[in-house]
Amino acid sequence: MSSPRTAPAMDLAAVVADRDTRIVVCCGAGGVGKTTTSAALALAAAEAGRRVVVLTIDPARRLAQSLGLEELDNEPRQVVVPELDGSNGGELHAMMLDMKRTFDDIVSAHSTPERAATIFENPFYQALSSSFAGTQEYMAMEKLGQLRASDAWDLIIVDTPPSRSALDFLDAPNRMSRFLDGTMIRLLTAPARAGGRAGLRIVGAGFSFFSRIISKILGGQLLNDISSFVSALDTMFGGFRERASATYELLRQPGTSFLVIAVPEPDALREASYFVDRLSTEGMPLAGLVLNRTHPPATTALSATRAEAAAEAVAEAGGEGAELAAGALRVHAERMALATREQRLADRFTSAHPEVAVRTVPAAAGDVHDLADLRVMAGELTAADDDTGTGTPRTRVLPVRR
Amino acid sequence: MHARTLADVSPEPFPVRCHVVTGKGGTGKTTVAAALALALAAGGHRTLLVETEGRQGIAQLFDTPPLPYEERRVAVARGGGEVKALAIDLEEALLEYLELFYSMKRAGRALRKMGAVDFATTIAPGLRDVLLTGKVKEAVTRKVDGQRVYDAVVVDAPPTGRITRFLNVTDEVAGLARSGPIKTQSDGVMAVLRSPQTAVHLVTLLEDMPVQETADAIDELTATGLPVGSVLVNMATEPLLPPASLARAAEGAITAAELAPALAAGGLPADPAIAEGLVAEAVEHARRWQSQDALRSRVAELGRPTVELPMLIGPIDLGSLYELAGRLEAHLGLGAAA
Repeated sequence: MSSPRTAPAMDLAAVVADRDTRIVVCCGAGGVGKTTTSAALALAAAEAGRRVVVLTIDPARRLAQSLGLEELDNEPRQVVVPELDGSNGGELHAMMLDMKRTFDDIVSAHSTPERAATIFENPFYQALSSSFAGTQEYMAMEKLGQLRASDAWDLIIVDTPPSRSALDFLDAPNRMSRFLDGTMIRLLTAPARAGGRAGLRIVGAGFSFFSRIISKILGGQLLNDISSFVSALDTMFGGFRERASATYELLRQPGTSFLVIAVPEPDALREASYFVDRLSTEGMPLAGLVLNRTHPPATTALSATRAEAAAEAVAEAGGEGAELAAGALRVHAERMALATREQRLADRFTSAHPEVAVRTVPAAAGDVHDLADLRVMAGELTAADDDTGTGTPRTRVLPVRR
Repeated sequence: MHARTLADVSPEPFPVRCHVVTGKGGTGKTTVAAALALALAAGGHRTLLVETEGRQGIAQLFDTPPLPYEERRVAVARGGGEVKALAIDLEEALLEYLELFYSMKRAGRALRKMGAVDFATTIAPGLRDVLLTGKVKEAVTRKVDGQRVYDAVVVDAPPTGRITRFLNVTDEVAGLARSGPIKTQSDGVMAVLRSPQTAVHLVTLLEDMPVQETADAIDELTATGLPVGSVLVNMATEPLLPPASLARAAEGAITAAELAPALAAGGLPADPAIAEGLVAEAVEHARRWQSQDALRSRVAELGRPTVELPMLIGPIDLGSLYELAGRLEAHLGLGAAA
């Protein structure tokens, strides 16, 4: 076996303490712990003296409660952290994204009250603002832009929506503004608009045919709804694309850092891989990979095979405590096997992306749902690479084999 | 033909033929769906495993090349049964639909070139779900020469957070299409999904959030009149420590000194680092087991038939799928029927 490359260590303590870091975006496939990681990192940043706001998307109920997020007013609220007495300027604020409300706010801000009311009542708008694929990502991006523009915080940590693909966060806003701004939607509603005839001539008969089918399949009502939505929204259309691209640009600024989160499973690491490639194509700054929920053994002096054999020998020898000792050895054997698998997956990622810094975060024994749990996780994220006490650096699950 | 759906429901060997598998992200619902398809195929039955999220998870599980939009055999089961798999391609499904209802396949291809198919499913997310569930319904009710083509259809469905909306197609299209063929189609799909031949199974882990989401999903499904099936607890672990020591270990009350004599008797060197490491791992193991075990009563309170599937170490391969399928066969009471 060729010796695996060692990933560079990630210094997240430095990233969040650095006053030039203004935005940290936590990305990754669904179910890898993005929300918890964002919240833990925000706590670490606040304790390091930053005035930080964490934008969460869909936190677990108990975590939301412990962050004081029961109230869904779509605005950040300060989290009471007893340890933060203001002596170092650190403050933790948190909010949960309400995508419909964020969308409504955009509409209100860009039209007259009468017009806004017409839009809110439109069935197509209602579908668009609550269930459209990509609305959540778009609104997360929008909210991030708003938070940044207000300049009330010196660090914004963003959790991203729980989509299958980590890339959705980057792609959905553009896809959606292209759609809202797009030729298709304009042509589809063209009869109601000036200049429609010219547009129709360009695409020719195919289009009117398309429009006929759409109304055949979906019913004419939908077309009517879209059409009145488009005319009510007319003045805002250019703005949609502009806003999305402005926020997208923000993500390429030097003050932004991306953090890719994965668990040691092939699917999650594959997603992480795609995302890392994409960031590098876009020239977006990557802080590194958080490999969440790993299972590093407390000792690596005993291999899985030896532990298994010892468990049998101990059980056979019998005597006081034999049962417990044999059990503990089996626990260790299983743990070593699991850790070996996790390290293998991590090595695979690193051989494809040798430049990406890695930080492993051991799985907690229970759920992470209060400030104390978050502080433990914050420690795992920001502690020095080599302070584990087992000799295995935090870059890895198991030490490098010689 | 869609209008005759309910009349097609004749007595069947197993009352449930359409198994919808959902679960929170990360609970392993694709794996469980695949194992369930294998279990239902045991004893010479034919099952179809349907992928709805277009990510080729089934192909990866069965270690086959990416699935095209056609029903392909991916595994054989005990007693000559077989599992076919289908990854639904949304565009193809829409074209098929256009052909079926409007006889306009070629026109459909032209539309696809224009990006119109993508557009249509984008402006009407409900259309996407109607197409997917419509395909499922078609497979469930399909007959050739008066014979069912599939004894069971297993759907690897969207996650718990989206499952009710996904299945409740009538409501979803109601706001978009109040009449017309898509409405008729969704009514037909709904009739099958609400009938006793469908069961929505929920995959969970013994962790706080997945159990909470399972409870929420059961409430939503029930309120919508969709039939809830079993709760499938995935990746359940067995305690490796003797039962008598578990509680003490969880309290952190076991010591290295206590283990030392037994370890020495088993021939291990007297290395304090090893003994202390073993204690630390045993304590963590006991605590993890305790917090999982505490969730068992919450799962029981859900009041659904429940089965636990073991945590398998290592990548999930065909062998592990058969192992999980064996557990599911016992749960479904299929062993006797085979």
